[in-house]
Amino acid sequence: MSEPLLDVRDLHVRFPTRQGVFEAVRGVSFTLGRERLGIVGESGSGKSMTGRAILRLIRPPGQVEAARIALEGTDLQSLSERDMRKVRGQRISMVMQDPKFSLNPVMRVGDQLIEAYRLHRRGGRAAAHRAAVEMLEAVSIADPDRVMRAYPHEVSGGMGQRIMIAMMLIPDPRILIADEPTSALDVSVQRQVLTIMDDLVRDRGMGLIFISHDLNLVAEFCDRILIMYAGRVVETCEASRLHEARHPYTRGLLDALPRLDRPTDRLAVLRRDETWADAPSVGS
Amino acid sequence: MTAIAIEGLDVWFGTGRDRVDAVRGVSLAVGQGESFGLVGESGSGKSTILRAITGLAPDWSGRIAVEGLNLRGTRRTRAFFKRVQMVFQDPYSSLHPRHSVDAVLSETLHLHGLSDVDRRVPKLLDDVGLGGRFRFRYPHQLSGGQRQRVAIARALAGEPDILLLDEPTSALDVSVQAEILNLLTDLRRDRGLTYLLVSHDLPVVGHMCDRLAVMRAGRVLEVMDVARLRDGTPETTYSRELLAASGGPHATEGTR
Repeated sequence: MSEPLLDVRDLHVRFPTRQGVFEAVRGVSFTLGRERLGIVGESGSGKSMTGRAILRLIRPPGQVEAARIALEGTDLQSLSERDMRKVRGQRISMVMQDPKFSLNPVMRVGDQLIEAYRLHRRGGRAAAHRAAVEMLEAVSIADPDRVMRAYPHEVSGGMGQRIMIAMMLIPDPRILIADEPTSALDVSVQRQVLTIMDDLVRDRGMGLIFISHDLNLVAEFCDRILIMYAGRVVETCEASRLHEARHPYTRGLLDALPRLDRPTDRLAVLRRDETWADAPSVGS
Repeated sequence: MTAIAIEGLDVWFGTGRDRVDAVRGVSLAVGQGESFGLVGESGSGKSTILRAITGLAPDWSGRIAVEGLNLRGTRRTRAFFKRVQMVFQDPYSSLHPRHSVDAVLSETLHLHGLSDVDRRVPKLLDDVGLGGRFRFRYPHQLSGGQRQRVAIARALAGEPDILLLDEPTSALDVSVQAEILNLLTDLRRDRGLTYLLVSHDLPVVGHMCDRLAVMRAGRVLEVMDVARLRDGTPETTYSRELLAASGGPHATEGTR
């Protein structure tokens, strides 16, 4: 890999509280190439804050500080809010957990897709309409014309999330950040949605940051994994070698899952060690 | 004796054109001391069965019997709630935000007509692994796992025989899920409880249950032993697909 798509160095996210400053992310560094990077951790580990900080979506009083957050060489921290708006969606886009809250409930799906296209690209309404229909086909929606006319409440959760993916990919971004993209969906549609997302990301040579609490799902759909604990990266590994992970936290998470192929009377319980939170972040 | 017997259960919402049949002709029998799982996608009717048992579903027909007694309509007696209790999915919304743990448990004990509340509250907290220091806390001072323990303590207050568990761990982190599942395993063993557990998570059902029913669009497709689930040999295609989708033992071999 020559120049990484994204280079994050020493990222901190802080929130002042009545009890003092709470550090949600404490010195995280990583690079992203044309690859699929998974960020895994439990609630409160700082994984979502890391994704939001990249897009400068942390609002005051939250504070973001980093030595570098560079997208193809440009430091995003130095951009004006106006220039940053052009980055969001156009060069880095984000799919969030629940399509119910991400889609505009009073606007037809087609109009939302067309708007996403026209905000970032030139071209008339007809071209935008064509692009929207093609994009819906690309996310395996069988009857795109009907879906174009539908309101978000008229589609299922899985279809809603595919529409979100279509909307996020329509401006042809370099990087997609997917924050728990399938946690609100049934298991039976999870893999279908992820496979579609995966194919599109690979075909377009994009970088993907897949944020999730589900270790096995991430291992299946990513090349490399960062494991976060208490705002720091405690371990990084190749997704295919997750089962060889050495950090006791990663091992603990893996062992805590019930497994159909390994029945036990009691599940292993994660024993947290205070030193995990204090150890410096693992770089990559 | 059968703890829960359900025959030809229909549950519907709305009337006329707006009528939705959530549960259609379901029959099940859960034995005393058994742990029985209901699995299926959202909208398959699995939670609605629990709601019909506890009287939270307005319209239903068929037969539901708990420990041999037939239930009618939506009214349930105090005696019923001493036998049957429910634990809900989301501990963030199932506890009153302005009631302390002590208030939640004391009120429940009082409703069950139990005396010596002061002795029983710390005992309940101990039983769910929380200890006395949590007694005067409010829900916002507790983590998700601690809240679910309080919800379980509340369910145990009247010393029920049957717990209806509606996705009890799906709002929790995996490490916390393991702790809560272990707690439920211990409680069942120590008290001889009967569980009817609803979950979309097949490995969780495989870990907790003896038998399970696979549901789809309001109907039970098949009832099987957990061994069958582990072997990856359910009878219906749908169950096999569901198993494959949840990363079942034989579905993704070689990819991990």
